[in-house]
Amino acid sequence: MRERMPGKMHQDETRCKAVILTTHFNGWHGIYFKLNSNNMPTKTKQKEKTKNIVALTGDQAASEAMRQIDPDVVAAYPITPQTEIVMNFSQFVDDGKVSTEMIHVESEHSAMSACVGSAVSGARTMTATSANGLALMWEIVYIAASTRLPIVMPVVNRALSAPINIHCDHSDSMGARDSGWIQIYCENAQEVYENVIVAVKVAEHKKILLPVMVCQDGFITSHGVEGIEIFPDDKVKKFIGEYKLEHTLIDVDNPVTYGPLDLQDFYFEHKRQQSEAMKNAITTIPEVLAEFNRTFGKSHDLIEEYRLNDAQIGIVALSSTVGTTKTVVDELRKEGLKVGLLKPRFFRPFPKERITKALAGLKAVAVLDRSESFSNEGGPLFTEIKAALYESAKRPLVTNYIYGLGGRDIFPEDIKKVYKDLEDIKKNGKVGSLVNYLGVRD
Amino acid sequence: MAKKGWKDIPIGGLIEEAGTAKEYKTGSWRTFRPVIDKAKCINCLQCWMHCPDSCIKVKDSKMEGFDYDYCKGCGICASVCPVKCIKMKPDVKQ
Amino acid sequence: MKDLLEIRWHGRGGQGAKTAAQFLAEAALELGKYIQAFPEYGPERAGAPIRSYTRISDKPINIHSPVTNPDVVAVVDPTLLDTIDVTNGLGDDGILVVNTHEDVAAIRKKTNFKKGKVAVCNATKISLEILKIPMPNTPMLGALLKVRNIVPIENLENEVKKKFLKKIGQEKTDGNIKAIRRAHKEVKIG
Repeated sequence: MRERMPGKMHQDETRCKAVILTTHFNGWHGIYFKLNSNNMPTKTKQKEKTKNIVALTGDQAASEAMRQIDPDVVAAYPITPQTEIVMNFSQFVDDGKVSTEMIHVESEHSAMSACVGSAVSGARTMTATSANGLALMWEIVYIAASTRLPIVMPVVNRALSAPINIHCDHSDSMGARDSGWIQIYCENAQEVYENVIVAVKVAEHKKILLPVMVCQDGFITSHGVEGIEIFPDDKVKKFIGEYKLEHTLIDVDNPVTYGPLDLQDFYFEHKRQQSEAMKNAITTIPEVLAEFNRTFGKSHDLIEEYRLNDAQIGIVALSSTVGTTKTVVDELRKEGLKVGLLKPRFFRPFPKERITKALAGLKAVAVLDRSESFSNEGGPLFTEIKAALYESAKRPLVTNYIYGLGGRDIFPEDIKKVYKDLEDIKKNGKVGSLVNYLGVRD
Repeated sequence: MAKKGWKDIPIGGLIEEAGTAKEYKTGSWRTFRPVIDKAKCINCLQCWMHCPDSCIKVKDSKMEGFDYDYCKGCGICASVCPVKCIKMKPDVKQ
Repeated sequence: MKDLLEIRWHGRGGQGAKTAAQFLAEAALELGKYIQAFPEYGPERAGAPIRSYTRISDKPINIHSPVTNPDVVAVVDPTLLDTIDVTNGLGDDGILVVNTHEDVAAIRKKTNFKKGKVAVCNATKISLEILKIPMPNTPMLGALLKVRNIVPIENLENEVKKKFLKKIGQEKTDGNIKAIRRAHKEVKIG
């Protein structure tokens, strides 16, 4: 099944793995031009006849959103495959296209530390990272969330070492799922661009005040070029609005303390507040998305249902695999199979009600996890969805597929196999194997 | 007084006022208290320099006494005093 | 024709296969098409075999996996023919474009690609003569567009101008345009 390239190529590739990894800058900033568009929503059609479509990679899309946001401070350290975000943004700073104070730090631990310092000073603050970089900033990742600092961080998903690997899986951000950050997973570069903008508004919302990770698939999305619709600068600026922190550390006339010792007597209360903020997030994010949709003519939601209405079997997946699965759904639908797809756009907060409702009518569901949690009970997306379904009156049979670790490609054929397995589960009324490994060599 | 619950405190561990440590009188921790023999004191202010809780009262460059509201009775002042004019004596609670 | 046009590029790191994939996609984007262009990254270095891909469609492109059944395969480096099955997944109505000094028959024999279209063009020679460096990617685009008119060649040239002018200057940009035109003229199709 996986024989798409002959053996000699594999040998070549294996040989190449020994060299030092570098990231190349291709030197391509997007070229801007106007394009007549036929598929604009009718509401805005009269006002705006053209869309600004630009060829950008996922990384470039993230940095383009950052340019428009023009944060007060960016403190970041480059790491493959996030490098191009930091590189592009540094160029924007040097070219005077943003007024951001850029802090080039010596490690990710320092990057997030600088972000915390900046954020308590009331500055709109951003950074970006991947994999080992996220692991290195771990301690401060928790501090950012617990101090309730609305930092926005594009995360370009990459496998964690060892063995060393620079390609996509979700083990980095999934490991941080309990850190108190909001997590958004992007299907493509367009969503990266849009979600970075949304993230600022979500993070800074008075009822939320939590940092946000905007996750995209390393290389697959981050280095793939697509046509991206870029919104006008002023419209983005107006949407995100001004950021004003009520109590800042640099307001010497009204001195405050951030990050105090907080022991048995108050720590628990502060954690309880964090839980409440996440609960607020699940009800408030749809309001922010509604405003985004109104402003930019989009249809974002906590989840996206794809041909689920009358489906009998379905797949749940995150990020770029969703797109590939959509093409398979379309193909199988043509053959008359009632298949569907569910994409959680937000993983933190976990949109439990929406997910269980969307899956209630199905007979069998496969959850695709691009990371392993080593619980022996499946990947993180699977265990959460299974737990959510426990209280559902109507619940489908569920099974888990761990796939794509370390950038192992997932092809439509792989996804077809999952739907075929689901057909069998539907027919037999029981799940054969709870946790499966898709695309690994036996 | 009952401590405030999670709904009533600032988020993220923020403390909205400065100098709130002043409200916490650590003098209650003391079992020994420093006592000075002013006749022997040479006003070198070594005690003032070393006191970790800023509890040595000084006026016009002269050692004036101790701030017993915050002095924890650690004895550093007595230890560093070059003329041994500070003695640690069992604290008598009022 | 199916909705989606898929092109696979074979080259070696440094020969511009990634850039070629992107030029073509962006020229199509300007015509209002939906596009994808992406390289297959290993630990890249000059000389390592790499693949890159172009997808062009009139409809939004959802798929995010490498191209396995290309409509067109472009081989930027002839030495790859000895080590890689470049026609893997290429259908009977597929197109194979190779940078080579050999003729169509020799390439058919070497690749065992019998049914589809084969085109040959000595893109390395063209770039050496015009640009004085072996950068076969732009002439390969000229050759490819002769075999299949994916975008008008003028659109491609505009794209090359836009991208190259600032980066490599007027003279080298003109050289690339010249190389594209010459390859477009010299390509042999059989």
